[in-house]
Amino acid sequence: MDALLEMRGITKTFPGVKALQNVNLTVRRGEIHAICGENGAGKSTLMKILSGVYPAGSYEGDVVFEGQVRQFSGIRDSEKLGIIIIHQELALAPQLSIAENLFLGNEIAEKGVIDWYETNRRAKALMQKVGLKESPATLITNIGVGKQQLVEIAKALAKEVKLLILDEPTASLNERDSQALLELLLELKKQGITAIMISHKLNEISRIADQITILRDGTTVETLEAKGTAIDEGRIIKGMVGREMSDRYPKRTPSIGETMFEVKDWVVHHEVHPDRQVVKNVNLHVRRGEVVGIAGLMGAGRTEFAMSVFGRAYGQKISGEVRLEGRPIDVSSIPRAIDNGIAYVTEDRKHLGLILNEDIRFNVPLADLEKVSTNGVIDPYEEVTVARKFRERLNIRSSGVAQLTVNLSGGNQQKVVLSKWLNADPKILILDEPTRGIDVGAKYEIYTIVHQLADSGRGVIVISSEMPELLGICDRIYVMNEGRFVGEFPAAEATQEKIMAAIMRREEA
Amino acid sequence: MSMQSMTAGSGEGSAFLNAIKHNMREYGMLISLIVIMVFFQFQTEGRLFQPDNLTNIVQQRGYIVVMALGMLMIIVSGHIDLSVGWLCGFLGAVSAILMVDYNMPWYLAVLATLILGGAVGAVQGGAVAYLKIPSFIVTLAGMLVFRGLTLYVLGGRNVGPFPPELATLLTGFFPEPLAKIADPFMADNMLSPTSLVIGAAVAAFMLFSAFRARAKAVSQGMDSEPFVLFLVKNLAIVGMLVYLTYLFSSYRGLPNVLIIMGLLIALYSFVTTRTTVGRRIYALGGNEKAARLSGINTDRLVFLAFVNMGVLSALAGMMFATRLGWATPKSGDGFELDVIAACFIGGASASGGVGTVLGAVIGAFIMGVMNNGMSMMGIGIDWQFIIKGLVLFLAVFIDVYNKNKA
Repeated sequence: MDALLEMRGITKTFPGVKALQNVNLTVRRGEIHAICGENGAGKSTLMKILSGVYPAGSYEGDVVFEGQVRQFSGIRDSEKLGIIIIHQELALAPQLSIAENLFLGNEIAEKGVIDWYETNRRAKALMQKVGLKESPATLITNIGVGKQQLVEIAKALAKEVKLLILDEPTASLNERDSQALLELLLELKKQGITAIMISHKLNEISRIADQITILRDGTTVETLEAKGTAIDEGRIIKGMVGREMSDRYPKRTPSIGETMFEVKDWVVHHEVHPDRQVVKNVNLHVRRGEVVGIAGLMGAGRTEFAMSVFGRAYGQKISGEVRLEGRPIDVSSIPRAIDNGIAYVTEDRKHLGLILNEDIRFNVPLADLEKVSTNGVIDPYEEVTVARKFRERLNIRSSGVAQLTVNLSGGNQQKVVLSKWLNADPKILILDEPTRGIDVGAKYEIYTIVHQLADSGRGVIVISSEMPELLGICDRIYVMNEGRFVGEFPAAEATQEKIMAAIMRREEA
Repeated sequence: MSMQSMTAGSGEGSAFLNAIKHNMREYGMLISLIVIMVFFQFQTEGRLFQPDNLTNIVQQRGYIVVMALGMLMIIVSGHIDLSVGWLCGFLGAVSAILMVDYNMPWYLAVLATLILGGAVGAVQGGAVAYLKIPSFIVTLAGMLVFRGLTLYVLGGRNVGPFPPELATLLTGFFPEPLAKIADPFMADNMLSPTSLVIGAAVAAFMLFSAFRARAKAVSQGMDSEPFVLFLVKNLAIVGMLVYLTYLFSSYRGLPNVLIIMGLLIALYSFVTTRTTVGRRIYALGGNEKAARLSGINTDRLVFLAFVNMGVLSALAGMMFATRLGWATPKSGDGFELDVIAACFIGGASASGGVGTVLGAVIGAFIMGVMNNGMSMMGIGIDWQFIIKGLVLFLAVFIDVYNKNKA
């Protein structure tokens, strides 16, 4: 097979940082090529060069596509040649229909007048290819994330894609939608479409990739060949972190005390539709030093539960009781919930967790500015000291505490959000999808922090869609489905099968 | 990754360039102001820097600076206030009516006007913060209402003059108990010693605190700009301050308005950079949802920003009316445009979270110097508007262009 794409000796420098150093990537026609690497290894930078976001001249090296050196000056140039990138954050207009989105910027029109008949006909054909059965007139906002992802792929097909780049395509999808997406990629491969996939989900990569290129610290470490059999996950991890990772979850002997946190008969109604219950009579308790997991599918009501407990940050007509260390506490507003020792680390760090245009120093003390101020006056030196302390403690990789958080990689952004909450010194920490979209090495670091928090006498609640993660780090796991807790297992007895069975039982009933 | 080693490896020269790049905005604005000043100084054959003209600019444009301080807080929090122009006119009229028609003691009338300003701000702020009506619409409605109210309360009259105590306070000069001294640099020129001393003391204090802050930052190993840049910047600011003081003192001394402005600028700089309230406003403007989830009472902050704007509008309204001598039905027309333009010229972002007090003040002075300079050059009011519009556009364009390039 010949090479569709060759990136030769790519070097890209940002002020003070060499993001890529002599990176080589060869993608053969008709294959699925995975790119792995820790956060900050340079994956996104490489893709931005390929798609023209960083124009020719701003980097060294050659991008060779279909045998010719290409000089892209913008994303339009690369799209013209059929290089289409689908970002982690989908770029769809939510209030427009599927058909309108498919041809956005590429409308089927004559002299500016859109031919709706032809648009719908072609939209249907494209949607069929990706397995979407909706009407082309359905609004994007009315379909789930999984289907939105399929619309993005259909949109790429509409532009006659030759090389499809997917950045963390399954990061926000549930198990079922992820499987469907992977099947679709294999199907497209049969039709001759080449794909580059960036993913942290090693099981997915090893299942569908033909070749895997591993980046580390801005350089190519190696390219692994599948040769008909799946590539061993352990082998990929070794390449990514530069050492053998025998254990993906840190070992710990929990020392669990008395019950410290209780939520009783918790009921929450939907934020927009007050007649819909999204959390139904949930009872939960956490003991001192315990890590409690909440498993469940996307949309089970876990985030809604957590956010409603955290100062009614979600929902309306909330009822129930919250007790901490034996006494009922007031969680009627976010400041009160924080004052009473509760912290919630969001699943959506970019939109709900960070002030992205500010630096680490600004973000870390934000949830408890009293710690760095007296009578409302901030001590700038204390602030830097606090930020530095957490930067060191959580090993936040940055050029310093004055680096803007928007320029940090996902894992390091997550560490900044964690720092913000650790600084507030909570008794109960609720972590919502704490490792979403971050790499193996950073995940391990975050698990270690979770364990340290529990061991320091706090209670930790972890919400995660990755079952192995819950099994690996929790002491006890609740299973949530359709707004209810439908199962509870001590970690020693829990297995993926039992959790899935608890969910399914409920769905059948 | 070996980031530390790389940063350490980069030489002194690139650190110098980096510092310039990072502070481009700040330096850029200062340089623009100086360039504009020098330009008009030449074009007006030296009249711009005549002590009496300088005093004029400050007294005429002081109300813009005062309102720009409030507007900056609102813009940083991610909102806008279109009503301030006519609110300023309306409150000036109310204060005049209280003092002239109702013979209320001037200090009570001032207090009542400030409170009324705060109350009006509270109504608008309440609608924005708690009823979640877009600020653009709330204040557009407010603008129409206050315009009507101004006409209504004045009933087509000009109301004045103001009591002499208030007129002295807002349009007079800082008391000069000592006799004037001779200018060592220029013959036939007398200087006001008290103003000179105040100016020199403020300059010395600013220089001292800048050095102390830098020394502490260095001792804590914090990032700080290269010494040369630090020195040039601070000497430029202090030099300008001393020179301006010298000019003021060779006329009638420091205008009271200048002192009020100086105190307010210092206060708002402190609030925005050093207090938790200020920090929270930037967080709110940068990402409202994240700020709320960090336990920040975002609604109350927005509410307070509007209350603050109302109080400052009241002060500005009285400053403008006393300067004019009368409250007139035309006072307030278009003020909001100058105020908003000052903030954006000064580097504030329309989407919130970005902007500095110093920038807004420089922006206000750029507008002020341009108004004054163009008038003296005899440029018609038509071209003045066109040129001001283009300057606003250019300033924001350069800002956005630099940001996209970075």
